Amino acid sequence: MVIPEFLAWLENTPVGTEVRQSTWMFPTIETVHVLATVMVVGSVAMLDLRLLNLAYRDRTIREVHEDVLPWTRVSFIFAAIAGSLLFSSSATKYYHNFTFRMKMLMLLLTGVNAAFFELWTYRGVAKWERETRIPLAAKIAGALGLLLWIGVVAFGRWTGFTK
Amino acid sequence: MIESFCDWLANTPLSLKIQTVMWIIPAVQTVHILCVALVMSCMAMMDLRLIGVAGRKHPISRMVGRFVPWVWGALPVLLATGTILIIGEPSRELLNPYFRFKMASLAVVIVVTFFVQRQNKRDATYWEARRIAATATGVFSLLLWVGIVTAGRWIAYY
Repeated sequence: MVIPEFLAWLENTPVGTEVRQSTWMFPTIETVHVLATVMVVGSVAMLDLRLLNLAYRDRTIREVHEDVLPWTRVSFIFAAIAGSLLFSSSATKYYHNFTFRMKMLMLLLTGVNAAFFELWTYRGVAKWERETRIPLAAKIAGALGLLLWIGVVAFGRWTGFTK
Repeated sequence: MIESFCDWLANTPLSLKIQTVMWIIPAVQTVHILCVALVMSCMAMMDLRLIGVAGRKHPISRMVGRFVPWVWGALPVLLATGTILIIGEPSRELLNPYFRFKMASLAVVIVVTFFVQRQNKRDATYWEARRIAATATGVFSLLLWVGIVTAGRWIAYY
């Protein structure tokens, strides 16, 4: 299916239409989106700050990693569902919106950063924690994670001004 | 009276600058939201521990000691960014019932948070020894924080 047709279809689904036309649904779903997003960003920031050795230094990276990421994952699911519902209400407009696209790009890059860290850098954690030196790759993952999530929030907020 | 204050404030050079330089309000709001992320994640984790549904492998006293300081650190930034936003658009906040509810809730949650921390400092077993009080405090605190974020977002919809 070609993209314009898909977007138009999405907007005209019962859900998309309801969210767009209702006075209270968009603000309510958006509130869920904001609450879930601040939980994602706040929790993942704890891990990023630990990787940069800037906070929670009384705990090992593995401990912070194990404690924090369940929160990040669950919150992300809620944020994604809420975000998808919001998107569906005006799919065509959001799809062509520059700041929204930048937000999605930032989001994609946080995923790439996380995947690289999990699948590559973090595999050696037992070894580098014993040596008590955080590898450069882990610090970069932490710094990039923080910067990219700040980008997601900034472009997300900015999108609200461009409507 | 508050309306005339808003009118006066909205016409000051500082307010006009904030209103007209396009990037100031979005940027200040973004910093505000990032601080909210810090506070909400710490307080949600602490409150759910007080309630007893999450993080149970950690003693309550460790959670309180670990997370409350972030709130005190973030609050000045939240107040500063909030003040800039108010100066930029005084009536949008000061005449708004959602904003007033948010500020009232914030005052209450600051007292609650201070109390949680103080009891914990005096006696690290205080909250562990009072399951019902801990749960009630956790629920109340969490509802306040969620209410603050919700009311904050709904300012725009009044």
